[in-house]
Amino acid sequence: MVRLYEVAHSRAGDKGNVTTLSLIPYDPGLYPVLCEVVTPEEVGRHLGERVVGEVVRHRMDGVGALLFVCPRAPGDTVTESLRLDAHGKSMSSALLEMEIPLEP
Amino acid sequence: MSRIRIGCGAGFAGDRIAPAVDLVRDGRLDFLALECLGERTVALALARRLRDPSAGADPLLAKRIRALAGPLAATGTRLVTNAGAADPEAAAHLAARVSAEAGAPMDVAAVVGDDVLDRIDLEQPAWEDGKPLGEHGEIVSANAYIGADALLPALETEARAVVCGRAADPSLFLAPMMSAFGWGADDWDTLARGTTVGHLLECAGQLTGGYFADPPYKTVPGLARLGYPLGEVAPDGSAVVTKLPGAGGVVDTRTVAEQLAYEVTDPSAYLTPDVAADFTGVRAERVGPDRVEVRGAVGRPRPDALKVSGGYRAGFRGEGEIGYAGRGAVRRARLAGEVVRERLGGAVRDLSIEVVGVDAMHGPQAQEGAEPYECRLRVAGRSHDREAAEAVAEEVDALYTSGPAGGGGVRVRVDEVVGVLSAGIPRDAVETAVVRVAARAAERPTDAEEG
Repeated sequence: MVRLYEVAHSRAGDKGNVTTLSLIPYDPGLYPVLCEVVTPEEVGRHLGERVVGEVVRHRMDGVGALLFVCPRAPGDTVTESLRLDAHGKSMSSALLEMEIPLEP
Repeated sequence: MSRIRIGCGAGFAGDRIAPAVDLVRDGRLDFLALECLGERTVALALARRLRDPSAGADPLLAKRIRALAGPLAATGTRLVTNAGAADPEAAAHLAARVSAEAGAPMDVAAVVGDDVLDRIDLEQPAWEDGKPLGEHGEIVSANAYIGADALLPALETEARAVVCGRAADPSLFLAPMMSAFGWGADDWDTLARGTTVGHLLECAGQLTGGYFADPPYKTVPGLARLGYPLGEVAPDGSAVVTKLPGAGGVVDTRTVAEQLAYEVTDPSAYLTPDVAADFTGVRAERVGPDRVEVRGAVGRPRPDALKVSGGYRAGFRGEGEIGYAGRGAVRRARLAGEVVRERLGGAVRDLSIEVVGVDAMHGPQAQEGAEPYECRLRVAGRSHDREAAEAVAEEVDALYTSGPAGGGGVRVRVDEVVGVLSAGIPRDAVETAVVRVAARAAERPTDAEEG
């Protein structure tokens, strides 16, 4: 198993009660592998309690990036959230903690 | 026609000012854009305006204009900004006054008409939760995301500065491109390429290595001296994005990829008032040191309706933190949290109790190793009753003498919460207009002349 942090980088964004998370391998050759193993279902399970509902995954093949769109609870928006990180900006780091089946 | 050069000197309301001054002085820019308005910032501006009707513009605008007016005049660079926030006309008068005080008087064109509070349909569902807008609480603001078509008449006035409120971020960049190159309003592929460049530039330092460093995997040279980006835009809408050679930071295919995906919810249809841009085929290629060429977006017709961002009164939030250290720190923090919960006795329905250093960011995580040496209890609660929100802060404060041993460093705050909702409005219900504010007499020599 390999932790995503070792092979990819990510940036989180927020729109209303949605978090967007990019996932970009350092080695473009790994992009097809990430497309295969980092499924939206796995990401939803990994991110846990703050993500409610279905995670949707988009491919940006031109730059070799995956994009995960993660719904949060209705009141969990940047102005209303009770969370310390109201934007959810640190969720990129949560994604990179995920482990994938890969030879290190 | 040759390329035009557009810089981005601010990516959010609180952004740094010096990199924008450097860009104008040394970037040979045609245009400088300042993007100072997020979903949250609009709500904050509205909250300010609720307390003080004259305080709707961006609070940092005067400081930005004071620093930029001289360099803008000396280099012939034009300014486009959404720092008008909740009151573009007042912001234009402020910019005219402050630039004159700085010795470089600017004439300013304000774009008004994004405020649609008097005509928004409150029965329509909010995009966030599907419930009618009006059921969320008192709606105190509604601003339509206006596009490049609303900014173009202001650019055509040749005013030094164009100040608007809630325009879509990429439109701040697309409008100068359309103005310079004469692009048609239905040339979707070209507008999509220009929108891609605007989207990349709009968060300023986030394209040049800001919000990127993660050593040793991602290193950013000179992060403290981070330069902000500029785009060298070709007449076909492709562009090279870069930074000033002497500035800190990095522009490469990784920073471009992170920013291209940033806050995008559907890369095949990135919707702005101007176009539906498809980013999925966008390619980024390194063409020199800190120089990346971006091309490949395609466009489809713009959406029929404009997006509206609405603000509503969502009650009050009270927060408090207290720190613990040494053996048993986490145990004492948890006990303190239980004590606060019991003392509040159900007065605050929405209550969040976390231990910073353990589970505040992402909830409980599988951890290896020992407990942290120090941690902070954090309690946050929301209520429509201000006194209940205040009680959260007061009960954390009271942990000094009536909580577990060794708590220190209490910080508390209570805020009014303005919630933000999204919805749509027909284009023909939004009427924008340009208000000219003439330049005033200079009050002292410009910095540029002195320097």
